[in-house]
Amino acid sequence: MSNFLQTLLSTFLDTLIDVTPIVVLIAFFQIVVFKKSIPNLKKVLLGVLFVIIGLALFLMGLEQALFPVGEIMATQLSAPDFISQKFVGEYAWLNYYWIYIFAFLIGFSTTIAEPSLIAVAIKANEVSGGVINKRDLRLSVAFGVGVALAVGTYRIVSGTPLYLYILVGYIVVIIQTIFAPKDIIALAYDSGGVTTSTVTVPIVAALGLGLSAVIPGRNPAIDGFGLIAFASLFPMITVLGYAQIIEIMIKFKKNKSA
Amino acid sequence: MKKILLKSFQKIKTSFFDLVPIIAVVMFFQLAVLQQPFPNLTNVLVGLVLVVFGLMFFVEGLEIGLFPIGENLSYDLAKKGSVFWLLSFSFLLGFSTTIAEPALIAVAKEAAEVAVQFELLPPEELTSYALGLRISVAVSVGLAILIGVLRIIKGWPIYYLIIGGYVVVMVMTVFAPKEIIGIAYDAGGVTTSTITVPLVTALGVGLATVIQGRSPLTDGFGLIAFASLLPMIFVMGYGMIIFAS
Repeated sequence: MSNFLQTLLSTFLDTLIDVTPIVVLIAFFQIVVFKKSIPNLKKVLLGVLFVIIGLALFLMGLEQALFPVGEIMATQLSAPDFISQKFVGEYAWLNYYWIYIFAFLIGFSTTIAEPSLIAVAIKANEVSGGVINKRDLRLSVAFGVGVALAVGTYRIVSGTPLYLYILVGYIVVIIQTIFAPKDIIALAYDSGGVTTSTVTVPIVAALGLGLSAVIPGRNPAIDGFGLIAFASLFPMITVLGYAQIIEIMIKFKKNKSA
Repeated sequence: MKKILLKSFQKIKTSFFDLVPIIAVVMFFQLAVLQQPFPNLTNVLVGLVLVVFGLMFFVEGLEIGLFPIGENLSYDLAKKGSVFWLLSFSFLLGFSTTIAEPALIAVAKEAAEVAVQFELLPPEELTSYALGLRISVAVSVGLAILIGVLRIIKGWPIYYLIIGGYVVVMVMTVFAPKEIIGIAYDAGGVTTSTITVPLVTALGVGLATVIQGRSPLTDGFGLIAFASLLPMIFVMGYGMIIFAS
């Protein structure tokens, strides 16, 4: 029990240290530049305290419950005796099918729980007057991360160069940008960056490094990286795609009723 | 009192549902695919309870703490009418939240080790290289928020800037040392922490609400996008400069 409290305290302190530069910066601006305090200061400070406590509990819980299991799983699934031997030659990459399924599902499910995505979804819902549905936005992003990790693990298995995928991905984003509703573009670009923080990164890193260590001819130092890049790219595509589908559906409904 | 309890229960339920997918995936793989019992089941369960409560506190704190701070700041900054202070604040916000970011420290160290391993870098320069990398990423995030805020003030369409940025990334990818590319791409993803994202989003949306002629939805978002793009350019650039000399 004392061990538990100790971990809790040290996680809390770590989070506090993370927040310190922001607090100093904001305090400086309030006191020196604006020469006034924040309205409802007590309530706001309570909110900040909630955020810090929440994040500390969240991180600690993840470290207890999820990260060890997730990392062990990533290693076990890529262990040679677990890889199927059914497929040969050209189709040998299919032997790793559990890895792709795991990558998709873990990407999807960790993104649903990602706190910064929740924050962005709340704001987007509020600002759009409810047109952008919080759940749908989070599902689109999560689907994007899932696909990203499945493709990313395939890339590690097949050994194809990272930049090719990224280049093609950005070209797709550019084409979608031309056709997508203008309102959603900034939000879609943002959803690339918010997906990869607290929950997703540790498991994804373990998956990438574990996988590239097992597959012959891969170098963890080179091939292990890049999964996070995939996870930042694909959500843009799925969110833009989601907006396009909604737009088409609205048009379709209008035509029908007209 | 009853109302508060009911409301808290609702919030716990929401947070719990956010975690159901992870629990399902982990259980499925552990029990059905790998066919192994859970190591330390009590630990896992206690951990999950912590995660649920953590998420609940976090979301609650967002609404009463971080979002109001961001909105209030953007209002004050806009009212002050000084572009200098607004841009200084933007830069410092990006820089100060990134320089101490644990994920970045880890990536920078990793990158330095890779560089040494491939003999791009003498081993004695490992620490200074990692520090240089961290500083260049922090500067780039600061600049990113600055450019993003400038965009909101000026009303520039985001796609020209972001797509222009990605064209630069693509061109640099061709010339940058191959060993640095994966790390550079990942650096873009790890810079935006869980506390920075809500604050930066509230700042952008707040500014776009206060400044006349801007739409909170079209113009308010996008700061995070810059913060994920610019570090890629800076990390590749840093690699090219260091390794070329």
